[in-house]
Amino acid sequence: MRPEADPGFAAAFAPPLLDPARDAPTAVIGRNGKPAGRRYDVYRNNVTVSLIDALAAIYPAVERITGTDFFRAMARFHIRNSPPTSPLLFDYGRDFPDFVAGYEHAQDMPWLADVARIERAWLDAYHAADASPLSSALLSAIAPERLGDLVFAPHPATRIVRSQYAAVTIFAANRDSAPVARIDASTPEDALITRPQFDVAVRHLPPGGAVFAASLMSGEPLGAAAMAAFDASAKFDIAANIAGLIEAGAFTSIAFGDPA
Amino acid sequence: MITATKPATVPLRFSLPIGGAAGTSFKPEHLPAILEAGPQAGFFEVHAENYMGAGGAPHRALEAIRRDHPLSLHGVCMSIGGPQPLDKTHLARFRSLVARYQPALVSEHLAWSTHETSFFNDLLPLPYTEATLACVCDHIDEVQEAIRHPLLLENPSTYITFRQSTMSETDFIRAIVQRTGCGLLLDINNVFVSATNHGYAALDYLADFPLAHVGEIHLAGHAEQTDDDGNLLLIDSHDGPVADAVWKLFEIIIARRGPIPTLIEWDSKIPEWPVLRAEATAAQAILDRCNPAAVTEDRRAA
Repeated sequence: MRPEADPGFAAAFAPPLLDPARDAPTAVIGRNGKPAGRRYDVYRNNVTVSLIDALAAIYPAVERITGTDFFRAMARFHIRNSPPTSPLLFDYGRDFPDFVAGYEHAQDMPWLADVARIERAWLDAYHAADASPLSSALLSAIAPERLGDLVFAPHPATRIVRSQYAAVTIFAANRDSAPVARIDASTPEDALITRPQFDVAVRHLPPGGAVFAASLMSGEPLGAAAMAAFDASAKFDIAANIAGLIEAGAFTSIAFGDPA
Repeated sequence: MITATKPATVPLRFSLPIGGAAGTSFKPEHLPAILEAGPQAGFFEVHAENYMGAGGAPHRALEAIRRDHPLSLHGVCMSIGGPQPLDKTHLARFRSLVARYQPALVSEHLAWSTHETSFFNDLLPLPYTEATLACVCDHIDEVQEAIRHPLLLENPSTYITFRQSTMSETDFIRAIVQRTGCGLLLDINNVFVSATNHGYAALDYLADFPLAHVGEIHLAGHAEQTDDDGNLLLIDSHDGPVADAVWKLFEIIIARRGPIPTLIEWDSKIPEWPVLRAEATAAQAILDRCNPAAVTEDRRAA
């Protein structure tokens, strides 16, 4: 006869992995029936260190800004509160930027969470589906009086991150190993993240550009997106923004009406 | 609606068997050096989960490798040894990769990594009982049904044992093979690590292991710690060269079984490509030295 399923061993083994206050499960033993002790701790260490490493791989600029010890302590708190729910670790850490924003020891770096948001968007763009970007020749073939009704399909990699701080400059300065010059963090910067082929690019959007790009990505026609952008900033330059978005590879196709 | 391009309808095809070839883990940082050197003898193995993104550079790198080399697809996160049902989404992703890259070898672990909704990113151990055996066999049947190809199941490295176990690891593995028809991935470093940690002889374990069903061998480096009583505790760290004792066990197994596809695993503190390549060359020399006609008869069904 088929034995009953045995769910108990994992239910006992799992909880102490991320909770150092809990003892090792009594069902597991070392040599000669002795308590598992440090042997169980090997699993705790593997789990904790590998998940902190996963966050460090996704957020290298955040780690460089905070220093390794600060980062790993912050990440340890986060993995205990929010362990991954998918075996795909490149999907992990989506709630880490919000955690950073609320982390008490990071309150003197109010731009840090936005740098993390750019890094998360960078990795999403890196793994996004392949697609050919829109050619500017297609757009120039459209009659000027019809441009306002044009709808743009976003490239699968395209992301926008808005910040009240100089998050793009801080991100860019901390994604390589060169010394970082003094940065005025108080200048608001919006980021456009694209990956037209295989290399991810992060650009600083001009005034009104984030509202414009986000409107187009949500399926608003060009005329309505431009209106929204002008409302956001009187300095909005429609021709420069369209050219910049197409050059960045932010879109794959254009259509009139519903982009689907 | 199912369309002709949906992954589940892509035909599953597999490379020809790769015989007694030695290969290495594929690490993206080695791609320029590998392409520069031109097509290599042997094969490459990748962790399946690293190629489960929708697109981008990882797939471009793997396509470049696959163009000129056989591939081994090594799953790390299927949680076959856990009590809960397999993640159907993850299994579908795994099948899609098999369909896309047509691997010569497909393997997973006798371990678990997910409990309820938490993924722990480690190969966690299980007790060996009739109940866990039935569950593991169901999971392997499900994977093999999905990929329509035998799965090679890897023996674990462990640091603890369970009080409730009622059978040895080798009896448990032999029963899995008999019930599911799966093959085995014999990780000789894991055997050495577990044998040291639990105080038995690796050769005794190997004498009891169903060698006739082994379709791939793993060799890797390990690190040293101690347990609470000061006993040597080996950690399956994959961060250095293969230990001399593991090479010796490998020679014994190859002499006994004949050439088997053999992989050098190196997953952290990754060296320059020539260093990893040299480990595979050393394994190839042992495989090539073996005269299949002189293999001591151990091909009987275990």
